[in-house]
Amino acid sequence: MLRILRARLRQGYRTIRFPEQPPVLPEKYMGRPQWDAGKCAGNCSACAGACPTKALSKSNGAVAIDLGRCLFCTDCMDACPGKAIQFTTEYRLATRTRETLVVDNRPYAPAQALDEKTRQLFGRSLKLRQVSAGGCNACEADTNVLNTVGFDLGRFGIQFVASPRHADGLLITGPVSKNMELALRKTYDATPSPKVVIVVGTCAISGGVFEGHPEVNNGAASTIPVDLFVPGCPPHPITILDGLLRLLGRIE
Amino acid sequence: MNGLPQLHNGRALPWKDIPEFAVPEFRTMILERVRRGRRISSLFGMPDGDEITILAVLAHDSQGMLELCRTRVRDRYPALTPDVPQAHWFEREIAEQWGIVPEGHPWLKPIRFHTSYVPNRDAWSRDEATPIEPCVTNYFRVEGEEIHEVAVGPVHAGIIEPGHFRFQCHGEDVLHLEIELGYQHRGIERALVGGPSSRTAHYMETLAGDTTIGHATAYASITEALGDMTPAPRAQALRAIALELERVANHTGDLGALAGDIGFLPTASYCGRLRGDFLNITALLCGNRFGRNLIRPGGVRFDPTAPDADNLRIRLDKTFDAVRNAVDLLWETPSVMSRFDGTGIVSRQDAARLGLVGPAARAAGVDLDVRSDLPWGIYQSHELPSVTFQTGDVAARAYVRWFEIQKSIEFIRDVTGALPGGPVLQEVPPPVPDHVAVALVEGWRGEICHVAVTNGQGRLRHYKVTDPSFHNWFGLALALRGQQISDFPLCNKSFNLSYCGHDL
Repeated sequence: MLRILRARLRQGYRTIRFPEQPPVLPEKYMGRPQWDAGKCAGNCSACAGACPTKALSKSNGAVAIDLGRCLFCTDCMDACPGKAIQFTTEYRLATRTRETLVVDNRPYAPAQALDEKTRQLFGRSLKLRQVSAGGCNACEADTNVLNTVGFDLGRFGIQFVASPRHADGLLITGPVSKNMELALRKTYDATPSPKVVIVVGTCAISGGVFEGHPEVNNGAASTIPVDLFVPGCPPHPITILDGLLRLLGRIE
Repeated sequence: MNGLPQLHNGRALPWKDIPEFAVPEFRTMILERVRRGRRISSLFGMPDGDEITILAVLAHDSQGMLELCRTRVRDRYPALTPDVPQAHWFEREIAEQWGIVPEGHPWLKPIRFHTSYVPNRDAWSRDEATPIEPCVTNYFRVEGEEIHEVAVGPVHAGIIEPGHFRFQCHGEDVLHLEIELGYQHRGIERALVGGPSSRTAHYMETLAGDTTIGHATAYASITEALGDMTPAPRAQALRAIALELERVANHTGDLGALAGDIGFLPTASYCGRLRGDFLNITALLCGNRFGRNLIRPGGVRFDPTAPDADNLRIRLDKTFDAVRNAVDLLWETPSVMSRFDGTGIVSRQDAARLGLVGPAARAAGVDLDVRSDLPWGIYQSHELPSVTFQTGDVAARAYVRWFEIQKSIEFIRDVTGALPGGPVLQEVPPPVPDHVAVALVEGWRGEICHVAVTNGQGRLRHYKVTDPSFHNWFGLALALRGQQISDFPLCNKSFNLSYCGHDL
């Protein structure tokens, strides 16, 4: 018993101060990409050609990057002869609509909170059921990590629960494999209304690298309404947490 | 015994040099060799005109060599499984993918629940118009008035991938567990054919996201074998550092999860965080916690500076000290050890006969480790001795992971301290046509086997992935026999197998 107590003292207090303080991200972290029109050669489309998921398109000389398809692999950045594409350390990536996931010349608009009535219901207590539907266990692992003492999701009143019957909503990962379609639908139906749906990871938004495979459904948004999109392959846990807190109006 | 061509791990040979045998000789060849200590690393079908070629990759661990042979079948052949139990899952896969019936297979069922890749040929003569429902199939049933069946999944209680588990129980005691998977099937192998394409490396990194480095290393090795090039020493060192970081992160997380499953919260909470600290060290190398975009054919995409390397070592030591402090609590606490000891035993004989790999095999005394048996890259010059245990229970699987963490930490320290200079990424010549390449990598769950076959244009005619979980899921089922059903989470976590790595 004394050993256990000694270990407790030694391990210390480890919960990050986010959102009161900015998060510590790896130096090489690849967040929200940006395109510099001044450095882009008008008639070149090397970036679009290099993109494995067609997330990047160029029309009328302007580049648009759909974060709902982007793997953050930086192949476009490497392919660009003029270094017009850079990945910034902007970790705030979650949006409320599919359209606002596209990075173009519009200013960045972070996810807005749920409406007042829904926030009254879930703002201080949100129970989520996680469903992995063809996910590769990276999004799952970095969602699960929010439960550790490092992030301590519980302090925000957010908790992952064992049954959809106990849940206020779903957090879905993976491209929704055909073999998980029915199970996801049943889990959604078993969750009492009103409910929120959060999709985490590029696969769950668009199918990601598996888009177009006959074995998958190109993401969850094609089958059920989505309230929050969290892009990334996988998103950093802070990106997921930031999205959840914005949805609940805990970060303005 | 007839000679078979010998292949080093991470090399290629011409397709025509792989001897083709008639089915009876092919069977004898494998039977004899397995009897004399070879293992089936991979056994799979691939289309060949109207027929299916079955290619066997046998590992001769004591000699550090691989042996390949092939046969051709039309729609059925006498199954290997009755004589070589470790073929059982492979033969179910062959049946499902190619509509070939391995006659005499004792339990021939689908493993991923998709339609056959050959039109109008189904191993179970299923009607093509009727959709295949995942895991809707016959299950082994124990009959009796006092017997009950427990079905769990696909959606589980925690944040876990989906799978279906059927327990045959007498009271609390599990008489039999059957595991059916396939929910995570994304059709990756089929999508690889005709490649490489701009997506190929990304498929490799998402085969099993928690094994991004392991699978990406195997693919890089395959591509380099087909291009007949060797990556620079610095690249090899960095790949090994990333692979061992992946191992310590996952082993640490699993030791914490084992503690969590028996309600011992101190270690559960510390290790949960410390796993993340190891992932953050990987992110120090490449910006991503899972090592995405780090490993590519030809080397690695990021080159750490000298301060990066120092920083890595400092953080590694600090994290490891905290892990030692957290994990030692397990061994010092009798209520923990009484739950670990004697739970979920897999005997050495069963582990060997079923072809288990990785920590699950080593915990049962089967001394297999690709890093020491068939070393590749820097493991050829930096020895990393394997860790075995004898008891085959949860305690043994926990100990093996703990000793592996310690050895890997030492290895990372050594390699980081003496990083070779030179380039990290070099051009890979185009793949040679009509060749076969095999790459084995010891991932944190065990042996990862990738096999690539090129066509006349040097494109991928076939690509086969065998995740360690493919070998080991049946081991988990076996470990549950005679256990209390409440021990399932504990046993499950001691294996912690991949669903998507199996389902592909």
